[in-house]
Amino acid sequence: MTEPTVFEMSSPGRCGFKFPAPDVPAAPLPQGFVRQSLNLPELSEVDVIRHFTHLSQLNYSIDGGFYPLGSCTMKYNPKVNEETARLPGFAHAHPLQPIETVQGCLALMFELQEWLKEIGGFAGVSLQPSAGAQGELTGVLIIRAYHRSRGDTRRNKMLLPDSAHGTNPATTAMAGFEVIPLPTDARGNVDLQVLLSHCDDTLAGLMLTNPNTLGLFDENLLEVVEAVHKAGGLVYGDGANLNALVGVARPGDLGIDVMHYNLHKTFSTPHGGGGPGSGPVGVAEHLVDFLPGPLVKIVEEATEEMPPLYGLVMPPYTIGRVKSFYGQFGVLVRAYTYINMLGPDGLRKVAEYAVLNANYLLSKLKGKYSLPYDRVCMHEFVLEGKWDDCPEIHALDIAKRLMDYGFHPPTNYFPLIVHEALMIEPTETESKQTLDAFADALLKIAEEARANPQVLKDAPHSTPVRRLDEVKAARDLVLCCWTPGQ
Amino acid sequence: MFTPHTEQEVKEMLQAIGVKQIEDLFQDIPAQYRFPKLNIPEGLSEMETVQQLQEMSEANESTNELICFLGAGAYHHYTPAAVDALIRRGEFLTAYTPYQPEISQGTLQAIFEYQSLIAALTGMEVCNASHYDGATALAEAGVMAYHHFRGKRCKFVVSPCVHPQYRQTLRTYMSGYDCMYVLGDQPENVAEKPESLAAFIDDETAMVAVQYPDFFGRVYDYSALEKIVHERGALFVVVVNPLSLGLLKPPGEFGADVVVGEGQSLGLPLSFGGPYLGIFATRQEYVRKIAGRLVGETVDRDGRKGYVLTLTAREQHIRREKATSNICTNQGLMALASAIYLSLLGKHGLRQVAELCYHKAHYAAKKIGQIPGYALAFSEPFFHEFVVRCPQSVSEINDHLLEHGILGGYDLGADYPMLKDHVLFAVTEMNTREQIDALCAALEEVSHHD
Repeated sequence: MTEPTVFEMSSPGRCGFKFPAPDVPAAPLPQGFVRQSLNLPELSEVDVIRHFTHLSQLNYSIDGGFYPLGSCTMKYNPKVNEETARLPGFAHAHPLQPIETVQGCLALMFELQEWLKEIGGFAGVSLQPSAGAQGELTGVLIIRAYHRSRGDTRRNKMLLPDSAHGTNPATTAMAGFEVIPLPTDARGNVDLQVLLSHCDDTLAGLMLTNPNTLGLFDENLLEVVEAVHKAGGLVYGDGANLNALVGVARPGDLGIDVMHYNLHKTFSTPHGGGGPGSGPVGVAEHLVDFLPGPLVKIVEEATEEMPPLYGLVMPPYTIGRVKSFYGQFGVLVRAYTYINMLGPDGLRKVAEYAVLNANYLLSKLKGKYSLPYDRVCMHEFVLEGKWDDCPEIHALDIAKRLMDYGFHPPTNYFPLIVHEALMIEPTETESKQTLDAFADALLKIAEEARANPQVLKDAPHSTPVRRLDEVKAARDLVLCCWTPGQ
Repeated sequence: MFTPHTEQEVKEMLQAIGVKQIEDLFQDIPAQYRFPKLNIPEGLSEMETVQQLQEMSEANESTNELICFLGAGAYHHYTPAAVDALIRRGEFLTAYTPYQPEISQGTLQAIFEYQSLIAALTGMEVCNASHYDGATALAEAGVMAYHHFRGKRCKFVVSPCVHPQYRQTLRTYMSGYDCMYVLGDQPENVAEKPESLAAFIDDETAMVAVQYPDFFGRVYDYSALEKIVHERGALFVVVVNPLSLGLLKPPGEFGADVVVGEGQSLGLPLSFGGPYLGIFATRQEYVRKIAGRLVGETVDRDGRKGYVLTLTAREQHIRREKATSNICTNQGLMALASAIYLSLLGKHGLRQVAELCYHKAHYAAKKIGQIPGYALAFSEPFFHEFVVRCPQSVSEINDHLLEHGILGGYDLGADYPMLKDHVLFAVTEMNTREQIDALCAALEEVSHHD
């Protein structure tokens, strides 16, 4: 049964919340500014609770099951994170309070900056960026500011492997650079020869996701980085896939100049059905002065009696602010909690088990699904969701059929360089039993594709709704259950 | 801790893969950089972690203990218990972006309802699924205006009475576009009428942005300005505090092309500045040019009503460098929280809370204006914030207030040098009459100390 919208449920005169009676005399309302009508629904608290509870029950979630969505790092989100983020001293701190009254918030941010520096191998970190894409924009604007500060205004080319996330080219365009795509070679690495042909004095930099979206660590990484540096360019590391490296290798050590971290992926903060994320940016020494701010610094050193005083400082050549206030603080608390609990050994285990799980799953599927780049993978791998002997079956059909087996499908049709891509990232929090069950489902679907292809074409069968008409949605464009003026 | 494997299972898995040990899986990483010793503290148990974070949080004196009269873009409001109870449900909290609609109808319908509620509140036709915060929503309005005119109009005229941090964020976003510049926001012009922006508006103006109520809490009639903006063919962008629209005429009624704003006031905790909610609403004619996700209604194969992400050809994962923006992750959970908040309060509750803020702020302003040495800086109508000229520096006054357990207002001197010794107070439904009286008494003590 379809759940009605809050507008359809509305019953005139109902109200779900009671405010205290006014304790001050009423002031005259501002003439000419008072609105005449406000078309919001009228519901009781019970109505609202039941409605949104019903809606929640239509969702698949990490708490409910396996979510092997490639490139999204859908790991389990520890429940304690939700408790710490809601501690009253954090949840009720106003961002513009005098710094003396928010030393707890600032201390947490300072330590998180230090930890992220250490984990990534960077000299400076800004916690300000709100999400991965904003971290990318921040990083690329830093590259731009760096070149300009040296009078190097001719550098307008940004190299992007053809396996890159869509945010990379979109970000590059927003930062005013020209996008130069780089092909991927037969082993899944950046094509070094093509890269070298672009290494001249118009090169601003390279945006590199490593491991890349095929789940492969670039075998020529050091040569790639050196070539870009030699030409005077900088290397941006997209930290979307840091889950493969955390505790195992530090991007800064590998020569990456600037990188964003996805706290909502690697550091286990929940994705919330679309956000919030948090995308802090780490930079090497030569870029620290360009970071967006404010940053948290010690403004008065500790003494024997007193802890240090933390304050907010703007770097001297900052690219500016990228949002209001200081970052997604509530998300920072969750990431801090997580790192605090894992420590260096726990973090290393994250990457180790993420990579173990991916390779184990791959070993079970290889042979039944074709693997375009046959190498040891990192935290994820990409299969082709098609077979020559049943050409009518597409990756989409396999993805939809997985829902009937109780699993969230992998990312499909990305990366673009693999036909009918199925991009699978199991993460470290999944047990062998879960991986086995998932592999069994995929193997069963491979059989069904031959024996009963229609069952895939018609899938899913057991979900709250079946395949939806996306063409109709875009053509008829109903974006609102209530039309102003009606 | 959150990794379930036993030693035996690891052994079996390695065997299936065909390697001896886990380290063998990392051969592609240059050996000299493999397995660094990280210098961070050893991991703690959940009990120890909670204890430690509890202590850190208690090093703050938050609005939980202090009486708050601080606003300036982040407001101390009450969040009904139902809001948090619902957004904590794992089915909402731990779901990804709804790319697979068959198993994401909950998130999709909730966003659809959010779009509808914000459209109703702002008087606009279309609302997207959210931006990071109010500042970035304004910056994205700039990006949209740039694309709307295909880069041919190079000026953004912005009122100096738009939140200073929003203007800074807009400038950062525009730094990648060589041709674009922001003008009109000289801080000394804060006492000018909005129409005075006309001097900056010409045929090269892509957008004109004002705030309503403005950064100082003032409510202006923007209809004369709107006429000028549209005569020049530019886009009229209005930054709002959505809670004020429970009482005030929505910008859709005075010609806004885009309404952006900070949704924190709709049921989100202060949380030291984030995560908040960037609201972005516009008219149907611009829908293909806006950034961010949109949810549309459709039907499934059996004709049942359902929802999907739509017009995705605007977005980065399809259009790549030609996308309308790079945004991917947004503030989904915060949008959900505000949708729950608006559904609970409804038309009567939102009007009530807006009126409570209004009346209490006016009571406070009137009383403070009567204290010798203090004066209201502006005479225009205002919503729940107002500017007071003080007899001494705002930092001295705020220090004194803090001794009384009161969190004073925002010191305007740094952003607006001519407003040195001026403070911006915010009053909400959280402030009782006794608290306001206590504020006045403490302020009076400061003026007597002179």
